[in-house]
Amino acid sequence: METWKEILKDQINENLPAFNIGDTIDVHYRVVEGEKERIQIYTGVVISRRGAGLGASFTVRKIGSGGIGVERVFPSHSPFIADIKVKKEASVRRAKLYYLRQRKGKAARLKEKSRF
Amino acid sequence: MIGLLGRKKGMSSVYNKDGKNTAVTVLEVGPCPVIQVKTMKNDKYNALQLAFEPIRLKLANKPKTGHFEKANKKPHRVLAEFKDFDGDYKTGDILSIDLFKPGDKIHVTGISKGCGFAGVIKRHNFTRPNQSHGTHEAFRGPGSIGNASYPARVWPGKRMPGRMGNDRITIKNLDVIKVDSEKGLMIVKGAVPGAPGGLLRIRKVG
Repeated sequence: METWKEILKDQINENLPAFNIGDTIDVHYRVVEGEKERIQIYTGVVISRRGAGLGASFTVRKIGSGGIGVERVFPSHSPFIADIKVKKEASVRRAKLYYLRQRKGKAARLKEKSRF
Repeated sequence: MIGLLGRKKGMSSVYNKDGKNTAVTVLEVGPCPVIQVKTMKNDKYNALQLAFEPIRLKLANKPKTGHFEKANKKPHRVLAEFKDFDGDYKTGDILSIDLFKPGDKIHVTGISKGCGFAGVIKRHNFTRPNQSHGTHEAFRGPGSIGNASYPARVWPGKRMPGRMGNDRITIKNLDVIKVDSEKGLMIVKGAVPGAPGGLLRIRKVG
């Protein structure tokens, strides 16, 4: 790390768990409604991770109600991310799974990671 | 007036209390020793002459070394004057980044990035001509630059292509977000002129 970047150290989300492209994850996102704050859980497949450092972000794709694909981009170091849980790991051969956008139903499944 | 010399380190972004992401610039500020105090009596104006970035003795010539020796300091790369400096300082005092604190407003002066010979679209924010519907050989041009037999010349100040950037620019009223006196670094909201590593004059407002 360059020395000048150390002043930004407190901005880094150190609790960010390791997850990979293709993983199905739960993003626990803090939602502030007026005075109250609650946790919203967004579940989907990580189809892209981009950027390095504080500007990094990842995209999570899920199939919403009515079979409509929903993609949401989360900044990796956002203070609104309370927790991330990896539910399923997949073995994929690409860094960006944009091809899932063209697929529906069974074709949009990913191969589960083999544990050997 | 309170001011110091510094350098731009780079840009990044921070989350504020509400979780909103803001673009910020990290500056390296000071320490700046006072090399000379200019007074009304001697110099007909009040100012502090500050130095920044010590250099090896070998790099400074004799007049420069001699000037710094008067303040009992090693030669520095940069010398600059700040007029009507608030507070009572003597030659040899070292001013540090502690003069600034989060919440302050600052003016930052630097040399903007040179863009070379730039056209009117980049230099003066002209609108780009239509790219189709019969346009030929005029894709980024300025269009007409004036009338005909009156005035039979181009008005002074007509905006045209030319050298852009490499100017002394002051950005006013930037917010100081964070000051790290140990590392001599400061986080400022927004952008400051010039490329990373560029020399800056940082003045406190009010």
